[in-house]
This record gives sequence, C-alpha cells and structure tokens, in this order.
Amino acid sequence: MAFHVVTLEGSGLQFRCRDDENMLVGMRYQGPDGVQVGCRGGGCGVCRVQVLSGTYTAKKMSKAHITADDLAHNIVLSCRIFPTSDLSVRLCPKPLHADRSTPGNEHLTNQ
Amino acid sequence: MAMSGVLRPGHMQMKVIDLDESIEFYSNVLGMVQTGRDATRAYFKGWDERDHNSLILRDAGEAGMDFFGFKVLDDATLNKLEADLKNYGVTTERIPAGDLLETGERVRFEIASGHQIELYSQKKDVGNGSGYFNPPPWNAASEVGIAPIRMDHALIYGPDIEKVQALFVDVLGFYLVEHILLEDGQTDLAIWLSCSTKAHDIALVRNEEPGKLHHTAFLLESWEKVLRAADIMSMNKVPIDMGPTRHGVTRGTTIYAFDPSGNRFETFCGGYQSYPDWEPITWTWDEVGPAVFYHGRQLNPAFLSVYT
Repeated sequence: MAFHVVTLEGSGLQFRCRDDENMLVGMRYQGPDGVQVGCRGGGCGVCRVQVLSGTYTAKKMSKAHITADDLAHNIVLSCRIFPTSDLSVRLCPKPLHADRSTPGNEHLTNQ
Repeated sequence: MAMSGVLRPGHMQMKVIDLDESIEFYSNVLGMVQTGRDATRAYFKGWDERDHNSLILRDAGEAGMDFFGFKVLDDATLNKLEADLKNYGVTTERIPAGDLLETGERVRFEIASGHQIELYSQKKDVGNGSGYFNPPPWNAASEVGIAPIRMDHALIYGPDIEKVQALFVDVLGFYLVEHILLEDGQTDLAIWLSCSTKAHDIALVRNEEPGKLHHTAFLLESWEKVLRAADIMSMNKVPIDMGPTRHGVTRGTTIYAFDPSGNRFETFCGGYQSYPDWEPITWTWDEVGPAVFYHGRQLNPAFLSVYT
C-alpha cells in the first residue's frame, strides 16, 4: 500500500491518496474549490476531472458521463480511479450540475 | 370496496454499470430476494412482497432509471386507465406479457418530467416463502442484509412537475399529500403524491434535466432497523449520503445511500396514514432545510445536484 500526492490545478490544493482507495476518498471535504462528492460509485458524474499528468488504473464508470473520447483525454470520474503515481488533475465538470457558486444555492452546506 | 384503481408502486427498472457487482450488493447488502434472470437483467423482490419482482437491474454501463411501474387492481382497470390516458392526450404503448418476467401486459407512457411510467395488472404471486396458511411472522429471508419489506416508492427529478401532478390526480386517481414551495410562494419545488393511504407512492422534484432518478425507497419496520441498516452500510463501505435522520416531509426516518453504480436508494421507516380527503401539507422555501432533513435543518449539496 503506497501513498501518492494528487495536486488540484488552479487551487494548488494537495492530497495524500492511498493507491488502494479511489482518488476521491483522499480528496474529500476540501471546500468549494475542491472536487464535489456525489454518489461515489461512478454513476452521477459530479466528480469529473481531467488527469493532466501521472498514471492510474480505472474501474468501470458511467458512459453517460465519460465517453471513450473522454477516457482517451484522461477525463475520468475521481471516484473510479486509483493513482499509481503522483497526479496532477483539474476539475472538469459537465454543465447542468448545481454548484454552490450558483445564485440561490448559498444555503447549501458542505456535508 | 375501498381500494381500487392504481394500488401501489409495482416495479422499478434501473440501469447499472456492473451487473455482477450490483447483484452481489442487492442480494447480500440490501438483502432483496433474487427471483430471476434474463439476457440483460436481474430480478429482485423484498422479502415480504408477494409479486415476483419489484426491482429489476439492467446491465447498461451507466446508472439511472428505465421505467417505474404501478400495479392496478385488475385487467378491466388497466383497460379503463389506458382509455382515460388516451382521452387526456397521452400516447400509450402496450408491451406484451412476458417481456418482463412473470408480468402481464404493461401500458407505458411518458410523463412531462421525461420519465417512462407503466401500469400493469398481472404479476405472478410467488409469496414470501411462508405460504398463506398459518404462517410465521417472518422467515430466513428477512434476516439477510438490510432486508427491507418492499420496494416502496421513488423520487424522480425533471421539469414540468405541475403537469405530472395534473395527470396523476385527474387521470390516475392520485392526490397531493405534501409539497415544498419555491421562493415565489406559488410554484412547487417538490410534490408528494399518493394513490393509497401511504404518505407517498411517488414524489417529484423540479429539475431542469428530464428523466432523472433521485432515489428508489425501501421500507423497514422500525427506527431500530434503520440504525441497523446504517451499520450494515458502513460495514460494507456503502457510501452514505445522509442519515440516519428524519424528513420533515412525511415524517419518515431515513437513510440515503448509493448503490455500486451510484444510484441513490433510501431505507426508511414511518410516514403516516394519509387520506384523499386530507388538506395537503405545505412547506415554504425558507423551511426547505427542515422539510428535507428535519434535524440538520439544511439541504446538503447532493440533494439538488447528485442524481442518476
């Protein structure tokens, strides 16, 4: 069991992620600049990111949110990948998902 | 006779990403009884349900719902409701008996929120395993995993929910039990509809994207069983969204969690007996927090943005 450092571009936030847990587990609870935590099972699409550098293995994820073309560009769901080296990632959300910066959603809490 | 027309939610067909992983979860963690397989689907029922299936999982490579079906009293009712839907301007199709295992003909139609709804009158009675003569109060099937009594209802997301309400009330004989208002004090964010004395048989939240599933709900007998369900979820590293806690709407005590494909499910107990002559309960926008999560008194980000 090893640790890898995952850097979130833009925010500069860094996380220690275990290689035997999916990447989202190590990246949880970082506030509005971080990856949104959704279903954690590859189905809802809110944790969508692009891996800019580094290597990983991946479990099956919803083809409604990640196409073959996405995978070819290292666009993946954080909850379905396991780092095998240090990674640099950036948020890559699809539209139509509510986020806390949307007016009217200020009351939403980080759970 | 008091109960006729649409009786209850009968079946939910969901899309799953990995069928084997899903079968393992629904059999051993949630603890439903597997009753059949066909080329692409696995069939389940709650331990105390009598009809062959109430949850069908289709190997789809993605998550979400295919259709949600209601059982109606008999063939004559099915024919009448189909005619009433057509008169209302709804396009219906008849799906042949046997297309869904052990299920008769289904009348399928699309509602304004973008979902496929079905009505049917025949599904094979397979019982709960204890038979219909001098049975024990429970049996071994009620001790596997979380073991809900039945698939109870669904909460679905999509636009134009007021049109869905009109259809369900005017044509299908449902009534409004509770609703949450948006900030304008007039438009509904969410509605809870019943065709029975349950606090809800189907619920809808207004959402821009059509055809989405918030959760399928499974009934437990007690608050203690809800706590036990949360223990079993954590023992199996099932991701919990919220709970155990209570909803203001319907008073149900509840846990929201996600299956291996990310489809949200609910294990809950309670609610209250409702009647069609009852005044609906209204929740105002400023109280949307306790309406949904009575103790936390705040929505979490997932409630409005995480669905399949």
